[in-house]
Amino acid sequence: MSGAHAAPFVQPARFEFTPESMEQVDRHIAKYPKGRQQSAVMPLLDIAQRQNGGWLPEAAIRVIGEMLNMPYIRVYEVASFYTMYNLAPVGRHLVQVCTTTPCWLRGSDQVMEACRQSLGVRAGQTSADGQFTLIEVECLGACVNAPMMQIGDDYYEDLDAGSTRRILDDLKAGRAPAPGPQIDRINAAPVGGPTTLKETA
Amino acid sequence: MLADQDRIFTNLYGVHSPYLDGARARGDWDGTAALIANGQDWIITQVKESGLRGRGGAGFPTGLKMSFMPKESDGRPSYLVVNADEGEPGTCKDREIMRHDPHKLVEGCLVAGYAMRAVAAYIYIRGEFYREAETLQRAIDEAYGAGLIGDNACGTGYRFDVYLHRGMGAYICGEETALIESLEGKKGQPRLKPPFPANLGVWGCPTTVSNVESIAVIPAILRRGATWFSGIGRPNNTGTKLFCISGHVNKPCTVEEAMSIPLRELIDRHCGGVRGGWDNLLAVIPGGSSVPLLPKQICDDVLMDFDALKAVQSGLGTAAVIVMDKSTDIVKAVARLSKFYMHESCGQCTPCREGTGWMWRVMNRLVRGEAEVPEIDLLQEVTRQVEGHTICALGDAAAWPIQGLIRHFRPELEARIAAFKSAQVQAA
Repeated sequence: MSGAHAAPFVQPARFEFTPESMEQVDRHIAKYPKGRQQSAVMPLLDIAQRQNGGWLPEAAIRVIGEMLNMPYIRVYEVASFYTMYNLAPVGRHLVQVCTTTPCWLRGSDQVMEACRQSLGVRAGQTSADGQFTLIEVECLGACVNAPMMQIGDDYYEDLDAGSTRRILDDLKAGRAPAPGPQIDRINAAPVGGPTTLKETA
Repeated sequence: MLADQDRIFTNLYGVHSPYLDGARARGDWDGTAALIANGQDWIITQVKESGLRGRGGAGFPTGLKMSFMPKESDGRPSYLVVNADEGEPGTCKDREIMRHDPHKLVEGCLVAGYAMRAVAAYIYIRGEFYREAETLQRAIDEAYGAGLIGDNACGTGYRFDVYLHRGMGAYICGEETALIESLEGKKGQPRLKPPFPANLGVWGCPTTVSNVESIAVIPAILRRGATWFSGIGRPNNTGTKLFCISGHVNKPCTVEEAMSIPLRELIDRHCGGVRGGWDNLLAVIPGGSSVPLLPKQICDDVLMDFDALKAVQSGLGTAAVIVMDKSTDIVKAVARLSKFYMHESCGQCTPCREGTGWMWRVMNRLVRGEAEVPEIDLLQEVTRQVEGHTICALGDAAAWPIQGLIRHFRPELEARIAAFKSAQVQAA
């Protein structure tokens, strides 16, 4: 979990879902059979995390427990089990570099090094300006487009040191770099064009 | 090579729209009501006769699994749960279905769900696939809007709902009972079986958990006929299959091919060959990180199917082919997988919780050669102690890559130990 290496921080005393968040909360609870509203704990924790700038305060865990009629510890257990819940503040951009074997075979070490140099932090740390948190993650399921990283909700694929730096520079400058493959290819098709479906593709 | 007209996933690369208009142009949702009108038994028989085996890794016959669901309700509703928690290193096929051909999955949920007398499908998608979840949710919303699912699905009078549930970053939730726990709003820790999900699954109700690809191919099987599907590949290994080829090939890609295609043909035809040529090949992990690797001499003529790969002590798994050329530090490649399993162990069973860390630490020393030769045998013995002694198969999955390494690359391990020792002697 990314929170494990974070600097000391203050837990807010209170948490309240906004009206916009409440609409989402109701929609998720309605997905599950009557009496099974505990099933909505994962989406609710995610909604709270998104509303709270990317991390999940204890107060939100308590509020969600009350909403779903779950003991605090049962909600906390879920929040601490799944790696995508951040129990400590993270930077505005959460940079997750995959280093599992398929990405490692194609140069994830260079991607990680480019991130370290560009951001001036090691994996698990947040940049001094609070803009970037860098973490190392396990397989993100885009292996034919390795090496890759996830920033926020987007995948950046077919990376090398140069394209990694360019993406981070764009974010620093407030630009929105285009996600997907960073080389000339169509999604998961081979470089140079598909070997199949040529009539339709 | 599989002919284009036999391909099911005709928008695999996302060149066309993934949404309803595009899907209908590709033949999805065409005559779905007529398929349903043939009845539950007909659908299950067709799936059985097609020879479809589960595409999530274990290869259990899909039609047989569907037939385990109760034919008469005892008052409890039945559920279809789709395992879209794609996380096995090397595997990225279900992602392509969900972001480029999501209606195939939604339609598959309806016909498979109907055949199992399910009231709803819950699709459990890994949390990191946020954009894929957006696309899939939009496809589900479109299907509701067009009356294809919902109160009167395709005008058949059958009520069927499809819901999307996002995971939040736990590989273990790809294990079906951990997935069920997670869907119930708990930690994703696997359950003991029995009871099996078909008797006691999500919320205590009969449940079948199936992989995305298994469900998404069912409408095509029903339309074109079981014999069409079973005519592709070899007996007991039938149909088309999505392969994801990563690592040291010139052009990594995901491609739909005939089951039982030779590994070498798969790599040469679709991936531009091994980097540096076929003779530069060191080893291949043929079915995702959990299956034992194969050295080049086996790769030369092995077929990519369940039985052929089992015969060489590996497995088809998810058909995620990880290619490693001669520049690869093979010990480090496997050690990195050991780290993965240590990270993803849910901590419930002692052999896995303790064993994955122990194996990773020894693997790390073996990368440097900082070990004694008998420790190779000790490591082998520990993998046997973990394998088969845990609630779920994660323990096995952590053990098998190491067993494959020792089986095929023991001389490399011994050479490293010798090199480390001689460097120490020289330094002293």
